Amino acid sequence: MGKLKEFTSSSLFLPVVALAVLLVFNAIFVDGFLTIQMTEDGRLYGRLIDILTRSSSLVILALGMTFVIATSGIDISVGAVVAISAAVVCNLIGGRGDGVAETPMALAMLAAVGVGILCGVWNGFLVSKLKIQAVVATLILMTAGRGIAQLMTEGQIITVYYKPFAYIGGTIPGNILPTNIFIAAAMVLLVVFIMKKTSIGLFVQSVGINPTASRFAGINVTMVIFLVYAFSGFCAGVSGLIESSLIRAADANNAGLNMEMDAILAVALGGTLLSGGKFYVGGSVIGAITIQTLTTTMYALGVSADQLPVVKAIAVVIICLIQSKKAQEMFDKWKAKRAGDQGLEKAVEKA
Amino acid sequence: MRKILALLMSVFMLVFAAGCGGGDQAASSGSGSGSGGKGGKEITMGFSQIGAESEWRTANTESVKQAAKDAGINLQFSDAQQKQENQIKAIRSFISQGVDIIAFVPIVETGWDTVLKEAKDAKIPVIVVDRDVKLSDDSLYVAKLGTDSLAEGKKVFDWIDEYMKKQNKKPRDGGSQFNVVVLEGTVGSSVAIRRQEGFKNAMAASPDASKYNILASQTGEFTRQKGQEVMESFLKSYGDKIDILFAHNDDMALGAIQAIEAAGLKPGKDITIISIDGVKGIFQAMIEGKANCTVECNPLQGPLLMETAKKVLNGEKVEKLVYVDEGVFPADVAEKTLPERKY
Repeated sequence: MGKLKEFTSSSLFLPVVALAVLLVFNAIFVDGFLTIQMTEDGRLYGRLIDILTRSSSLVILALGMTFVIATSGIDISVGAVVAISAAVVCNLIGGRGDGVAETPMALAMLAAVGVGILCGVWNGFLVSKLKIQAVVATLILMTAGRGIAQLMTEGQIITVYYKPFAYIGGTIPGNILPTNIFIAAAMVLLVVFIMKKTSIGLFVQSVGINPTASRFAGINVTMVIFLVYAFSGFCAGVSGLIESSLIRAADANNAGLNMEMDAILAVALGGTLLSGGKFYVGGSVIGAITIQTLTTTMYALGVSADQLPVVKAIAVVIICLIQSKKAQEMFDKWKAKRAGDQGLEKAVEKA
Repeated sequence: MRKILALLMSVFMLVFAAGCGGGDQAASSGSGSGSGGKGGKEITMGFSQIGAESEWRTANTESVKQAAKDAGINLQFSDAQQKQENQIKAIRSFISQGVDIIAFVPIVETGWDTVLKEAKDAKIPVIVVDRDVKLSDDSLYVAKLGTDSLAEGKKVFDWIDEYMKKQNKKPRDGGSQFNVVVLEGTVGSSVAIRRQEGFKNAMAASPDASKYNILASQTGEFTRQKGQEVMESFLKSYGDKIDILFAHNDDMALGAIQAIEAAGLKPGKDITIISIDGVKGIFQAMIEGKANCTVECNPLQGPLLMETAKKVLNGEKVEKLVYVDEGVFPADVAEKTLPERKY
């Protein structure tokens, strides 16, 4: 019982419940939602796998975004950085019809992630050194980023016919799960490991709550802020690899479109306040998966993609209401009042 | 520090202001020669493109740019990056620049009345290219030029019907009807609406109408990503029932092919795939046997556009609707055709 109590009061409780409710809804209303089959060539196949595959790049973005938001900043450039990274990797490997890579794939991937980090470093420099407000600073890359990606691809969609490129977002023969799930899991583990082994999490949190006090306490605030943006850029770079590999092409207009908003939403759903301070990596991961589950649900129910944002918004409002302390207080008050009224009525009846 | 920053900013702005002035001069001298050159044949055309959504669109853009060069027309090109507001902004800036003629590819059908009225008030003729618009007043444009989406939809159904008979295919679920899934284009776009309409009308009019059943139809927004994601969902819902996939454009079909392969099915064999546009990528897929047919939607509209524009400016009468030529390319001619494809 003590364990249960501990869980219900933990920060992860509400995000988990929200996801669970969605899954139960799906299990009831969508045929075969929970079935996972084995295909002939030994891969797992089913809607649940789809959700994990499709959410992997969002999970990675949400990781980076969590730290940025924890320092009470925000990074709205990640979607554009995804497009840049996708453009870099596809450009380097090249769109040759005979399936030959112009640059070794490992090198192209490194370059794409490197460019992602570079974008993050730029954001970090603007925010930490020049003290430009985070929204404004990252807005620069958000608007310019897609243009940069367009320049690199010359406005074309570069299709990559080099087979191994598909393995990043697909399944390497012999594996049972798509590679991007492993990539996302590795990133999450990496973050958890760093948080456990170092006190960087504490630094980030303290900077988010009060940067001045943190500085007096001896924390290098500029460095911490710089690092979280660089890390967010790194995450966006990795996401770009996955997004482009999924469709085996660089689509500068659509790759990572609106993903910055989904990433922020994932962090918010995970229980981290946008005002910074305490943050929940686990919550963000679950938040990201919840968003993708919602999208998959809509497709399964046949809601068309253009109406999807409305349904998404409604679901988000409900989830946010459940998580809001104020709303909970109001609900409790209303319940207490109702109970009180009923008690009064009964007393009146008796009399 | 702050002072230095302020200084830097002001220098920056000065440079910018100077730059703007220079730009204005260039623009005004340009339009000057343009208006003076109406007799001397230097025409300025403002062209607003949707954005680079696919290889097809790129070919369309290239064709317009090349044709403008060949025809000696000064082209002001603007990329709207898939947003209507950007297109409206671009058209407004064309009007204020005083171009001789405006051509644009409308991303959606509605919402153009105000801005086209402004163009009309400025006495600048407008040509609608490639996609359709819905207007309260048809005199707001001088001509619509493009592809016949209704006919494309019809060609798709006609090919399917013939192919199914010729190959002697049987429905995979053992029933009496072939199950069709459709990946639609952007909701509200004229192309998506017409292609679907053409397809459905042809189906309803056909004597074989009872042999086909549209199982599901959802938008994939003309992109590979969404095409793949929606096809994934179709496969989970009706995996062993789907016989035919009709994608409103090749890129969605290419995305769907990957989803079908991931589901352990053979695209082009288990599921017959037909799409519209005719980009190189789909020819590649047809050669590999992963797609069955593409109905061409000819993007090489540049020459026709320039010809029409010149006629309009010379005061000649033009048809309100002008169509380009289009063909059907099944997989067996793919290998032979690919080298000739320009897009």
